[in-house]
Amino acid sequence: MITQMPDIKAVEKEIVEEFELFDDWADKYQYIIELGQKLPALDDKYKIDANRIKGCQSSVWLNCFEKEGHIYFEADSDSTFVKGEIALLIRVLNGQRPENIISSQLEFIDVIGLRQHVAVSRANGLASMIKQMKLYAVAFQSRI
Amino acid sequence: MLTAVEPTKKVAFNVEEVRKDFPILKQKVYGKPLIYLDNAATSQKPLVMINALTDYYAEYNANIHRGVHYLSQKASQAYDDVRVKLQHFINASSEREIVFTRGTTESINLVAYSFGRKFINKGDEILISAMEHHSNIVPWQLMCEDRGAILKVIPMNDKGELLMDEYIKLLTPKTKLVAVVHTSNSLGTINPVKEMIKLAHERNIKFLVDAAQAIAHEPLDVQDLDCDFLAFSGHKMFGPTGIGVLYGKLSLLEEMPPYQGGGDMIHSVSFEKTTYNEVPFKFEAGTPNVADVIALSASIDYMYAMDRTAAANHEVLLLKYAIEQLSTISEVKLIGTAEHKTSVVSFIIDRVNALDAGMYLDTLGIAVRTGHHCTEPVMTRLGIAGTIRASFLFYNTFSEIDALVNGVKGAIKLLKR
Repeated sequence: MITQMPDIKAVEKEIVEEFELFDDWADKYQYIIELGQKLPALDDKYKIDANRIKGCQSSVWLNCFEKEGHIYFEADSDSTFVKGEIALLIRVLNGQRPENIISSQLEFIDVIGLRQHVAVSRANGLASMIKQMKLYAVAFQSRI
Repeated sequence: MLTAVEPTKKVAFNVEEVRKDFPILKQKVYGKPLIYLDNAATSQKPLVMINALTDYYAEYNANIHRGVHYLSQKASQAYDDVRVKLQHFINASSEREIVFTRGTTESINLVAYSFGRKFINKGDEILISAMEHHSNIVPWQLMCEDRGAILKVIPMNDKGELLMDEYIKLLTPKTKLVAVVHTSNSLGTINPVKEMIKLAHERNIKFLVDAAQAIAHEPLDVQDLDCDFLAFSGHKMFGPTGIGVLYGKLSLLEEMPPYQGGGDMIHSVSFEKTTYNEVPFKFEAGTPNVADVIALSASIDYMYAMDRTAAANHEVLLLKYAIEQLSTISEVKLIGTAEHKTSVVSFIIDRVNALDAGMYLDTLGIAVRTGHHCTEPVMTRLGIAGTIRASFLFYNTFSEIDALVNGVKGAIKLLKR
């Protein structure tokens, strides 16, 4: 039995409210680091090139599986900050149906100020991560 | 307004006074004073350069070399004067040896294309080094692919020094050109280019020097070096982005075919036969970057006006202090420990990701660069993914290095896995 996941917008709203507690970028950075430190490590068997998203300065391994029409992600990175970003994305997208993942706008990234700090730089593969998560959803959608 | 000769006025070196010349250094980021230690990526700009740029646009913006009107003549004169100023700045024997480009990258691409088309044939060899920036690797790979030539690489030791014995062995009758970085952007190594050029010339091999990193730190003399080509960028020497220089020996430039076609590079055009303008205009197709050339002139004046020896000495002391202080942290490993190096400190931190550490330092207002610094083969050679790089110019202070060291300690506390 799959528990009903809250919708994407509702989770995004929760995250935005959490980030409103922080005054400055330093606090947000530390919080994302904490999230990264808490995200469970990915089993080594999934840390293969086929699962690797290569950024300019960090690597992400993203594994994805489907259960009864819902999609689940697990991931790891050599950068704790990038792991923290993944933790946020996973929190928003995990357990969602493929069509909802594909159509998600993920506006929270802008609102919490993350885009301003990472997306314009090629250093961080945030955009590639989102793209890969959506591509998995597209692949599963055609199969489901 | 613009003078072509070196002004004689020298100002004694005082770091607090010098900092006042750079408006950006006064600002705060995230409410903290900016500590700018990313000078190897680009230098900050003195107010005189910024003013020269706005003055040009506000007062005498015009297209050059063709207009018969007042503004065009004024702009043309200012632009042409800078070529002479640059000639003296690097001690070229003629102003015609100064070609304006978009930057070091375009300067190298120009040589790879034009020298390659004229002089490189199947089986010829081009020699670069293990510590080149991607911009001194990829143009040669493209050229070698096009001409059927072979790219060879001078190896380096673990400290980041080129192996001179290997270099000599790699100079063969097939070698047509050596292209080596004067000062490494990722390791700070200063290579013995003068000696290397002599060894190449003894074998009748041409030599290109990538001086992008060197140009802000020490005076360069192309006649003393006897290099055939020298490439550098304005933005790393207190000038604007988008302007650079290719120095080339006149006889070589004259033999080389044009790089791009367009206006200003032609003598006459017909559909049957176009003849080209003389050097250097042959290599400067289209409306040139007048504004940035003129602004670069102000940067050169700025460098002339200061005591460059005192400034260089200050940078040496900064480097020494940074090495000493960072070495007290047991988790820090310095990368690039050549005997002869410039004010660049690259390091890794045990069990701390470089990107995470760089972002942490950013939250403190400290600007460093992390990653492979566009020298991926260097990182592969040293068996690391990338480094954290702090690079200093004369306007940096010892207290900024203290802040960096404390920041590194904080990063270790927060991030060590």
